[in-house]
Amino acid sequence: MPKEPKSPMEETATKPQSNKQVQEVEAVTIRFAGDSGDGIQLTGGQFTNSTGLAGNDLSTLPDYPAEIRAPAGTLPGVSGFQIHFSSRDILTPGDAPDVLVAMNPAALKVNLKDLEQGGLVIVNTDAFTPPSLQKAGLAANPLEDGSLSNYRVIKVPLTSLTDGALKGMNLTRTQVDRCKNFFALGLMYWLYERPVEKTLAWIESKFKKVPAVLDANKKALLAGYAYADTAEMFHEHYRVKRAPIAPGRYRNLNGNTAAALGFVTAAHLAQRPLFYGSYPITPASEILHELSDMKAFGVRTFQAEDEIAAVGSTIGASFGGHLAVTGTSGPGVCLKNEAIGLAVMMELPIVIVNVQRGGPSTGLPTKTEQADLLQALFGRNGESPLAILAPATTGECFSLAIEASRIAMKYMTPVFVLSDGYLANSSEPWRIPDISKLPSLRVEPPSDPKSFKPYQRNADLSRPWAVPGMAGFEHRIGGIEKADITGNVSYDPDNHDRMIHIREQKIANIAKEIPPTQVFGAKNAEVLIVGWGSTYGAITAAVRDLNAAGKPVASIHLRHLNPLPSDLGDILNRYKRVIVPEMNLGQLVMVLRSRYLLPLISLTKVKGQPFKIHEIRAKVQSVLDGKE
Amino acid sequence: MPEITANPAPLTRKDFVSDQWVRWCPGCGDFAILAQVQNVIPTLGIPREKFVFVSGIGCSSRFPYYMNTFGMHTIHGRAMTIATGLKCARPDLQVWVVTGDGDALSIGGNHFLHTLRRNTDVKVLLFNNRIYGLTKGQASPTSELGKKSKSSPMGTIDRPINPVRFALASEATFVARSIDTDVEHQRSILARAAQHKGSAFIEILQNCIVFNDGAWSPVEDRATRDDNALKLEHGKPLIFGKNRDKGIRMKGLSPEVVTFEPGKPPADLIVHDEQASPAFAYMLSEMEKPPFPHPVGVFRCVVEPTYDQRMDEQIEQARKARAPDLAALLAGPETWEVQ
Repeated sequence: MPKEPKSPMEETATKPQSNKQVQEVEAVTIRFAGDSGDGIQLTGGQFTNSTGLAGNDLSTLPDYPAEIRAPAGTLPGVSGFQIHFSSRDILTPGDAPDVLVAMNPAALKVNLKDLEQGGLVIVNTDAFTPPSLQKAGLAANPLEDGSLSNYRVIKVPLTSLTDGALKGMNLTRTQVDRCKNFFALGLMYWLYERPVEKTLAWIESKFKKVPAVLDANKKALLAGYAYADTAEMFHEHYRVKRAPIAPGRYRNLNGNTAAALGFVTAAHLAQRPLFYGSYPITPASEILHELSDMKAFGVRTFQAEDEIAAVGSTIGASFGGHLAVTGTSGPGVCLKNEAIGLAVMMELPIVIVNVQRGGPSTGLPTKTEQADLLQALFGRNGESPLAILAPATTGECFSLAIEASRIAMKYMTPVFVLSDGYLANSSEPWRIPDISKLPSLRVEPPSDPKSFKPYQRNADLSRPWAVPGMAGFEHRIGGIEKADITGNVSYDPDNHDRMIHIREQKIANIAKEIPPTQVFGAKNAEVLIVGWGSTYGAITAAVRDLNAAGKPVASIHLRHLNPLPSDLGDILNRYKRVIVPEMNLGQLVMVLRSRYLLPLISLTKVKGQPFKIHEIRAKVQSVLDGKE
Repeated sequence: MPEITANPAPLTRKDFVSDQWVRWCPGCGDFAILAQVQNVIPTLGIPREKFVFVSGIGCSSRFPYYMNTFGMHTIHGRAMTIATGLKCARPDLQVWVVTGDGDALSIGGNHFLHTLRRNTDVKVLLFNNRIYGLTKGQASPTSELGKKSKSSPMGTIDRPINPVRFALASEATFVARSIDTDVEHQRSILARAAQHKGSAFIEILQNCIVFNDGAWSPVEDRATRDDNALKLEHGKPLIFGKNRDKGIRMKGLSPEVVTFEPGKPPADLIVHDEQASPAFAYMLSEMEKPPFPHPVGVFRCVVEPTYDQRMDEQIEQARKARAPDLAALLAGPETWEVQ
């Protein structure tokens, strides 16, 4: 039996002195797993914040079901949250967890196959009842049948310990049950020397209107911490030293929040109000939520009646002179594409964020994929060129939101930002930028009404952005082919030909501003990996590992998918073999093969999960070994 | 935002005529509507650069090209979405949508509903000719049941929609109907709509001379129109007929037509009330065919806060509650320093 934990109320918020041994480790990957009603995402989020405060580099990956509450205790109802943290810089949420915290049998069954052999399993033994085992489809109790013999198992009766800690508080059964994730969190805080203060403060502010729940959650957290410290089952705890991170002020940030912050910052830099028209869709809705809470910055958010109205409102706001953005996921882009074509024809600046998810159709709403590149490039009728950017990291969801806004306004064009479910939901430490050092995005409106022509272009081939309210600049634009310079309706064959080429050239001109492509990895590399989007972490980590083993491999990562960087062809030609990993069936590789006529090797993955480092490594090794 | 310059000279119709050749079929009802809009808007005291005309696709949707204002000729069915975004971004503008029965009620039906129920301050002119003209003569959602057309050689089998009724059911705050040939009436209704704060909807019965000529002849033709059209006037009894000898009164829960000696209307005729329950306006909208007249005029006009105004208010409220500090926003609730 575990010892009675110290009364949590006597605990100070500072770390208690422990007599147990401390083992130093470089990196740890923990996966929290439980029922979708168990508060797993919340627990993971708190652990993440405290890990950032502890000075580690980190990367997270939430994995939750599409159903809000799948039947309790079942396999589809399992929600997971993985965090990888380290004393050196890391790039991915970790290939395989070292530690699995399983709140019920279903969570254990779903996640055990991913755990490293010899890994640590912490289970809530109270949840391993015959009905729960049956719901998870387990014929025998894995805690008793030897199926966990390859792992280190720590059995914790989480539910009854939480119940014991909260005795006498007059809470309902459900309320007590909802506190057990905090007990587990406290236990994990002790095990990995995380500070409890931030979570205590978070509980204070989150539950201030329900004092009983506030007290119960604090008590559960501290009781879990004290239990781990005093119980005989933990003989040591782990220390992950601070990572050598560039100096500055940091926060944790996921891709969707980063995008929202990026657009608000872009509007500030452009000295224009921000308009965001959107329709709720997983996994993009958080951008709408975040921006809706930024009204104090003059942000106008419009929850439209559908995806088409969302992009339509964005085009209207752009005509009115706002920095106008719409966000969605793949199925939403299908609906928006006709209107995006209108913005191509009217040459109005809008930004479309596509937080890609598994497709086709409804597909896998909560899982990640990169299969909308060709849709962004070619999903509209006619020759309909536009710019496409793809952030590689959560932090780039911020910086590329600004870059997309800049390109849209400078070149008077729609710009796609291809994020994905992984970037949207995973979080990383982010160095908070100094706004005063960011360049202005201001574009000057035309000043002379006498010489004004709606489709008269500047050196970049951009047309002027004259907005209603500017006397003498009244003009009409529309979806019918425009006459060069005047913008009037024109059905003239030569004019159509000229305008198609001008629109194409205008987008191609953006390449002049793309900085030289950075090659990462061995100087003498024979194999080059070309990545785009959220595969950056796995690719870069794989190259680092391979270089450490002396393998001649390097990588480049494309942020600009249209136009492509002008030095790309030369770089591709420098290597014997080129591998293009993508979370689709080879969309970028198709574009690159046709553009550069090179026999590129495609590596694809369409499991709704990001690439693992070892998957990239294995492919490179196979190519180096001459197997393909 | 660029400086907004007031146009000091008084505006006339000419100021709103663009340099584009008007490309509608000779005799099209759209010409009359264009002329009346160009007549009415100079009288509103609003600078020309503050007007924006937004249209979708269809014959009516060419309208913005002929107005010397800011304008957008957009895509099929979506004009209202673009107008909504524009008005929300720029509440200082007066935004008009020009649409047709196919554009607004078929492909754009969803946006029509939501624009009106939000009460966004946009003016919607729906030219209803009960046919697809631009695509050369298919039945539209307002075509009468059994309508023979290129796409329905044996007659349509879908029940038509009544635009006024759709607008009322969407809880529009201003709902009216007018007729292309009645320029006086059109002018007064257009002026009312322009002055209304909130979504203003006008169905204009419009003749397509090529593909559906005579669709509205009972209410358009000089010989028959007075017997078939009922002009709604706020506070006045519902009287119609060439001799002003017919009226509407209630019989139980339904209206009925009553004939009387001219100049001596019975005391129990219904008196029109634009602010009455929408159920009343809905009842009026159900009068379409003889013996009932076809009502024109303002069915309903009530004042409610607009969507764009509420959006503005929330932004003001948020600004007062929390001074915008971008650096603090980027930092978020929890940060740590790395030395």
